[in-house]
Amino acid sequence: MWRYFTPAAAFLILGGLFAYALVRIQNGTLDPREIKSPLLGKPAPSFVLPTVANTAVKFDSASLKGRPYVVNVWGTWCPSCRDEHSALLVIARQANIPFIGIDWKDDNALAQQYLAQLGNPFTETVADADGRIAIDWGVYGAPETFLVGADGKVLVKFAGALTEAIWAEKFAPYLQGGG
Amino acid sequence: MRFSSFRAILAAAALALLAHAAGAIDTEAAFPDPALQARYEHLTNELRCLVCQNQTIADSNASLAGDLRREVKEMIGRGDSDAQIKAFLTARYGDFVLYDPPLSARTMLLWAAPGLLVLLTVGIVVRTVIRRSRQPFEDDETEESA
Repeated sequence: MWRYFTPAAAFLILGGLFAYALVRIQNGTLDPREIKSPLLGKPAPSFVLPTVANTAVKFDSASLKGRPYVVNVWGTWCPSCRDEHSALLVIARQANIPFIGIDWKDDNALAQQYLAQLGNPFTETVADADGRIAIDWGVYGAPETFLVGADGKVLVKFAGALTEAIWAEKFAPYLQGGG
Repeated sequence: MRFSSFRAILAAAALALLAHAAGAIDTEAAFPDPALQARYEHLTNELRCLVCQNQTIADSNASLAGDLRREVKEMIGRGDSDAQIKAFLTARYGDFVLYDPPLSARTMLLWAAPGLLVLLTVGIVVRTVIRRSRQPFEDDETEESA
């Protein structure tokens, strides 16, 4: 009887681990594709980029100094960005802090059209046509949303389509009191 | 028969190698200088494309992989060292971007795992051999006494 103990115990332990991971993936608390950003707790990358509204005008991230703000990386070519857009409109209105959209490797005319049609949640939208600023932010797939604190440090990074529930769980706690 | 199956295996291996060489997305050399080109190929084959997480940036045709190849090319062109280029990318994407992760407190278990597995296997083998080498004598005795 004892000779079966080791394989049976190994099977149960492995089976238990697999079941645990599968359940967590199922209910959304574990994403094996998620990559923890090394930017968390570090100063947010700075940028000077042309605005989508008028490419002759440049926007400098230094103008955001001293208050918390959100950076959302999107593109008109990105289906998940379209999915999160209505939630973004609601969240940006309620949060009442600057929302900076980085339009990632996109066609500027399409971006203007997109914002005119679906509504514009952003305080300012800048065009990162060659994707260099996205690399500075460690972006690997749109949409990605960052929260930067008043001290200029990155507090939260979320990859994937934002919802009001995710905002309430991951972002809003940092903005309560003093935000 | 044997010889032809051996040749088939060789042919398959050659094909696999060719397929690997063709896997690189770049259609032309990034540098005219072969030494710089070798560094470029080595680096892009060691960096993970984060969009399609099981491909290197040399193999991937994802737009981000193209941007990262451009970044690597420019940094080599500027005279940055391999370590500087890797540091630039890990500061942004973390150790996950490296196919060859550095030894640190966090990756200790990863690096030690093969050694630990060998030790465990040797331990089990030694234990089994010792136990089995004792068994026949006991069996013989019980058979004789029965």
